[in-house]
Amino acid sequence: MRVKFTVNGREQQADDVWEGESLLYVLRERMGLPGSKNACEQGECGSCTVRLDGVPVCSCLVAAGQAEGREVVTVEGLADYAEQRAQHGGCATGACGSAGTSVDAAQRRQAKPAAEGQVKLSPVQQAFIDAGAVQCGFCTPGLLVAADELLERNAQPSDADIREALSGNLCRCTGYEKILDAVRLAAARGDARTAGTGA
Amino acid sequence: MSGVTRTPTHLTQGGTADAGIGASTLRPDGTLKVTGEFAYSSDLWHEDMLWGCTLRSTVAHAEIVSIDTSEALAQSGVYAVLTYDDLPTEVKNYGLEIQDTPVLAHGKVRHHGEPVALVAADHPETARRAAAKIKVEYAELPVVTDEASALAEDAPLVHENRKDHHAGHVPHPNIVHRQPIVRGDADAAARRADVIVSGEYVFGMQDQAFLGPESGLAVPAEDGGVDLYVATQWLHSDLRQIAPVLGLPEDKVRMTLSGVGGAFGGREDLSMQIHGCLLALRTGKPVKIVYNRFESFFGHVHRHPAKLWYEHGATKDGKLTHMKCRIVLDGGAYASASPAVVGNASSLSVGPYAVDDVDIEAIALYTNNPPCGAMRGFGAVQACFAYEAQMDKLAQKLGMDPVEFRQLNAMEQGTPLPTGQVVDSPAPVAELLRRVKAMPLPPENQWETTEGADVRALPGGLSNTTHGEDVVRGIGYAVGIKNVGFSEGFDDYSTARVRMEVVGGVPVATVHTAMAEVGQGGVTVHAQIARTELGVDQVTIHPADTRVGSAGSTSASRQTYVTGGAVKNTCEHVREQVLELGRRKFGTYHPAWATAELLLENGKAVTDGGEVLADVADVLEDEAIDLELEWRHRPTEPFDLRTGQGNGHVQYSFAAHRAVVEVDTALGLVKVVELACAQDVGKALNPLSVVGQIQGGTTQGLGVAVMEEIIVDPKTAKVRNPSFTDYLIPTILDTPTIPVDVLELADEHAPYGLRGIGEAPTLSSTPAVLAAIRNATGLELNRTPVRPEHLTGT
Repeated sequence: MRVKFTVNGREQQADDVWEGESLLYVLRERMGLPGSKNACEQGECGSCTVRLDGVPVCSCLVAAGQAEGREVVTVEGLADYAEQRAQHGGCATGACGSAGTSVDAAQRRQAKPAAEGQVKLSPVQQAFIDAGAVQCGFCTPGLLVAADELLERNAQPSDADIREALSGNLCRCTGYEKILDAVRLAAARGDARTAGTGA
Repeated sequence: MSGVTRTPTHLTQGGTADAGIGASTLRPDGTLKVTGEFAYSSDLWHEDMLWGCTLRSTVAHAEIVSIDTSEALAQSGVYAVLTYDDLPTEVKNYGLEIQDTPVLAHGKVRHHGEPVALVAADHPETARRAAAKIKVEYAELPVVTDEASALAEDAPLVHENRKDHHAGHVPHPNIVHRQPIVRGDADAAARRADVIVSGEYVFGMQDQAFLGPESGLAVPAEDGGVDLYVATQWLHSDLRQIAPVLGLPEDKVRMTLSGVGGAFGGREDLSMQIHGCLLALRTGKPVKIVYNRFESFFGHVHRHPAKLWYEHGATKDGKLTHMKCRIVLDGGAYASASPAVVGNASSLSVGPYAVDDVDIEAIALYTNNPPCGAMRGFGAVQACFAYEAQMDKLAQKLGMDPVEFRQLNAMEQGTPLPTGQVVDSPAPVAELLRRVKAMPLPPENQWETTEGADVRALPGGLSNTTHGEDVVRGIGYAVGIKNVGFSEGFDDYSTARVRMEVVGGVPVATVHTAMAEVGQGGVTVHAQIARTELGVDQVTIHPADTRVGSAGSTSASRQTYVTGGAVKNTCEHVREQVLELGRRKFGTYHPAWATAELLLENGKAVTDGGEVLADVADVLEDEAIDLELEWRHRPTEPFDLRTGQGNGHVQYSFAAHRAVVEVDTALGLVKVVELACAQDVGKALNPLSVVGQIQGGTTQGLGVAVMEEIIVDPKTAKVRNPSFTDYLIPTILDTPTIPVDVLELADEHAPYGLRGIGEAPTLSSTPAVLAAIRNATGLELNRTPVRPEHLTGT
């Protein structure tokens, strides 16, 4: 079947999608967006968290067809999304017209760490780097999407709020302490800084 | 590599001169990881690639009567189906130390989930469905599942005709390896004891449960070889096992490390490496294999479950007299790292205490349970759980404070281990306990608010099962000792290639090693070392591959020590060559070139007094200094097979924990409120990463204390809970705040005085939590993990 939906502000489509494919599979294997991760594919670990019409979901448990005509934001679009939100005061759909990436370009992309100051990051992405919340990094994309959504609805979360919001995201490396630090740091920085520049 | 996208990339990081060792510099791969760009082994992609799938045995022990692949091959989209008969050479087994593990089962399966056949197809679901159509007929055999069934008179042999180098000295063919250690006279010393305590302890089967599933991409090459991109802990060890099975020389199996989503010991053994290469070479197309979580639980070895019998004696003034123990580790169907785990468990079975008279025995069994091997802590974890429980029992019996009792018996620099090896570096055991005890305690009744109880701070959390009724607090302590590096005479070296040149008028360095970056931060540290030794700002980390010599394994807490040491050593030689070039070019201009100690700092050659002699850019001009050198730590020796004596270890690492728990005694629910840790790291090369490692290791110890266990059916030897639904690892709600106190007492034998740190916090975390639960409930609790039924007697 053909599936069409908006990813990170850009209309995308995938052909020959088997009806049993998950949104996660289509994003990773058909749209060249492997940032959302595949740690369990059974909705237990949160590593595949994306936003579907603004709501954080495990994309491994969403059938690709369910995304038809809807708005998806992945970790790859998080910096753009945060920037749009900062400019437009909380656009939560990703439909603010950011450029996005074509399927073809995404599939051929070679990751190249840009020189310092050239990579645009959202505040929560920058905070994860600064706080040492990234070790192996496999849980990081899902945590970032969940943490960004938390800070969107609650700019000053308590520790209990952070723990509750991230309780669906497993991490095996960090012991979570630095992840808490990162979310606290992003909250403390608030909207004063809309983008970082990478490590 | 045309056509491949998303393969590992060079990591270039600028940094100021103060981003050398000791600074909390940020990860060079951090930006890639937070933007989703970082290429993990499951993210690899190649035009025209196929998907591989493994068919695994549904029974634990059986003869394979027949395999029929015809229906699978007939399915559209299927390119290849391989069984044992398709293996290209006479080498059909692999293994870390003993080559006893079949690439694909031959005639027999020995554990649940053993690989039987492989499929390559154009869609992962097509491959899975084709695999399901392979008909395997099994004739089930009786299973060996524990010591009694393994060593019984008529026990079926898990491996007939053993020819490995342990076969000659083990008392039974179902014992992989046995290590006794006898020192002094434990029986005579026992007669001096005023109190004797003994206990039997049971440690459950823990899983590494790294988040990045086993995966990789094998690309057939025009020269008949194969390029393999994979997540592993040791490229060259994989290579040594892969190439003979494929019938290829090692230089035709080119391996590159892709992004690794955690390892913790679970990637020391091969998983999909050979399978991917076989399918790629058979089909002539790139093949990607990605395990799902269910398969991942069968795709790697677990931590050895153990039964431990301990006896300790002490005088009434609190001095340990003797220790006797017997440790039985279940190695499962294949040897994996069992022999080394036995060596660690036995040699560290006394823990960080001074005891002169010991009688120790450790064995690992062959059974039909899932294979067990390396996991963070590696034999020392199981022992620590038992000896720390014993320490609390002794203290209680003597009416002493458990921390004071431990401090009274703590080893120090100069104390001999049971192996006779003298600890010749700082061993601040008593001090770590003092520090962890001195940390402020978390306030009581944290759940109380002006609006009533905040259930989120109580055992059971939002289940709303208590508002503080029946909740009791407990506090427990533990301390442990872990060896660092590969022991028992292993040639545990590493290799580093460092290139220094001038780019855009400034000197830059490139560091190339085969070190597996599994999340520990080695790439960060290598850049820091190069900045410190070469006085450069910009360092590029070359992707890890087999074009450079072996770095050894990212395990045993050894990688920063050994490959860090190799990078430091090569940098020193590069620096010396730069300075020699400077002496030749400019020596006549300044006498200090010949007379002073010279360094490279901020792109300049300077005297140790700080006088600038030349710009490195002027010294090097168009030349590049490029060296690849091996580096070794002090040699070790094997343990004597009868007495266990021998200088077997390289270095030690010490950590202590204090756990504070709150237990709902009515429901048996435990909330760990705080898990404080004090650890000696020798020298913190990157304090931020050090603390992150300690917190992560602590949390894995917490997991096995209260929730983590692979459940194997004792009748069928089948795994009951291969999923994150049923194998629970701590979430952010289960994990308490983890304050860390880092001590830095240099070990003069190690680079910069550092100590390996990754494993020590995983040792003492578990017994500290258990001690705290015992303290809260008064129960004996001799097994881990502790479940609600153990606390409620139901």
